[in-house]
Amino acid sequence: MTTTAASLDSPIDIETIRKDFPILSRLVHGDKPLVYLDNAATSQKPRQVIDSIVSYYEQHNANVHRGIHTLAEEATALYEGARDKVAQFINAPSRDEVVFTKNSSEAMNLIARVLGEAGPGFRVGPGDEIVITEMEHHSNIVPWHMLAERTGATVKWFTITDDGRLDLSTLDSVITERTKIVSMVHVSNLLGTINPVEQVIARARQVGALVLLDASQSAPHLPLDVTALGADFVAFTGHKMLGPTGIGVLWGRLDLLQELPPFLGGGEMIEIVTMEKSTFAQPPHKFEAGTPPIAEAVGLGAAVDYLTAVGMDRIAAHEHALTAYALDALSAVPGVRIIGPPTAEDRVAEISFTLEGVHPHDVGQILDELGIAVRVGHHCARPAVIHYGIPATTRASFYLYNTTAEADALVKGLAQVKKVFG
Amino acid sequence: MNMESMYQEIILDHYKNPHGRGLREPFDAESFQVNPTCGDEVTLRVAVADDKVSDVSYEGQGCSISQASTSVLTDLVTGRSVEEALSTMDAFVEMIQSRGTVEPDEDVLEDGIAFAGVAKYPARVKCALLGWMAFKDAVSRVEGAAR
Repeated sequence: MTTTAASLDSPIDIETIRKDFPILSRLVHGDKPLVYLDNAATSQKPRQVIDSIVSYYEQHNANVHRGIHTLAEEATALYEGARDKVAQFINAPSRDEVVFTKNSSEAMNLIARVLGEAGPGFRVGPGDEIVITEMEHHSNIVPWHMLAERTGATVKWFTITDDGRLDLSTLDSVITERTKIVSMVHVSNLLGTINPVEQVIARARQVGALVLLDASQSAPHLPLDVTALGADFVAFTGHKMLGPTGIGVLWGRLDLLQELPPFLGGGEMIEIVTMEKSTFAQPPHKFEAGTPPIAEAVGLGAAVDYLTAVGMDRIAAHEHALTAYALDALSAVPGVRIIGPPTAEDRVAEISFTLEGVHPHDVGQILDELGIAVRVGHHCARPAVIHYGIPATTRASFYLYNTTAEADALVKGLAQVKKVFG
Repeated sequence: MNMESMYQEIILDHYKNPHGRGLREPFDAESFQVNPTCGDEVTLRVAVADDKVSDVSYEGQGCSISQASTSVLTDLVTGRSVEEALSTMDAFVEMIQSRGTVEPDEDVLEDGIAFAGVAKYPARVKCALLGWMAFKDAVSRVEGAAR
């Protein structure tokens, strides 16, 4: 059976898109075409992003915000231009609300750190509560453990249901008057679940708690509108959305970013420095100490341009169809257990599964020999994996350039796995 | 296909029918080792009598490589002197970390030579060594207690 993307009536022209990604035409293990299904870990990069970085270094490289020479001005315009692009991409009310960080982890650590040092009102202290969920990535668990340890606050969480949804029946008892911050994932990297964040945000508003959303897995795959979402902070990372590594984004409401204390100290983030004391710049520079990742920001800007040109609505529709197709195909394989929502409803194409009798490491190894790249392990979401009574999963995660033929290749690969371990 | 050089029949046999599995009494020291990147884990007990490894027992979960390697370990060290067992361990570790450049000695490593292919996969080296690290740790605890 030959299944092409066209048979899904895909809203995007996959053949053309695939040609933009040089790596997708490489072979692995000699003669095997690469089937890249590890997009939740990192995405591949289109020629346009790679070129933007090369061109930055070849034509415009200089430090930003200092120096009046031509290159410095060009580099600054490119760096700040990337901020404008990101602001528009997420519908931020102001470009000053877009802080560049190293990645999502740094963005979330930034908030967790400054909340422990903030003035009254926002400061997290003894007796205060921090709310997370059982399906968080470690990067949205560990910073809160660290904050709780530093301040004497307590960490509480929403649990997950067997079909991979948040159990919000405890909404009112988990989020209470003592809650200072709710930090939760928008889309789970392990389960693919799209969480009903509006419901949680509404409850947080009732009790005056702040809300941070980890959008690492939603920003690449779904239209993201921070104004409509109504959270206080949103974190995501460039490399999962066609951009380079080393660049992430913290979006925050301007009044909050103005109110909260700085994170790292150094160049860029100051107003006046004397030998006695320092005063700080306004956001976003207040949170961008030191020379920023300039080329990386330029690359992220190009990635945002690429995604916008294809259209986030169309990308989401293509991936939704792929999710349904891949879930059906995988569910039909005897011995496969899907870990996460069983249908494509409120779900992205990040599909974790186990194969009876074969450890995920062994599944991944044999798939690799066939040219199929998947991720195996606990995906930095160990508590969620443990919830399902398993040590690890195999995860196939798709993106705009993936096809139904690649889902078929995965299913065929699982037959090979069974042959070796049968 | 390359994978056949990793998934040798011997490895698959040990994985499906592990030797010496289960935690037993008496024992002199226990070690729990985990590979934090993948969650593979093993709890391994060592009993030593008259400077000999009288029993190695274990429980664990993980991939075929980590579980089979621990099964082979029990065959290689049980009944041997502690010194012999440690030198066998050194030979196994050397082979696994050699990236395929060390030719294993079947007289020393017996079924362990089946893991020679694993040495070419850096991501799997830790899997093959998980049980051995537990053994090393447990033996050092026994020796520490004796001093």
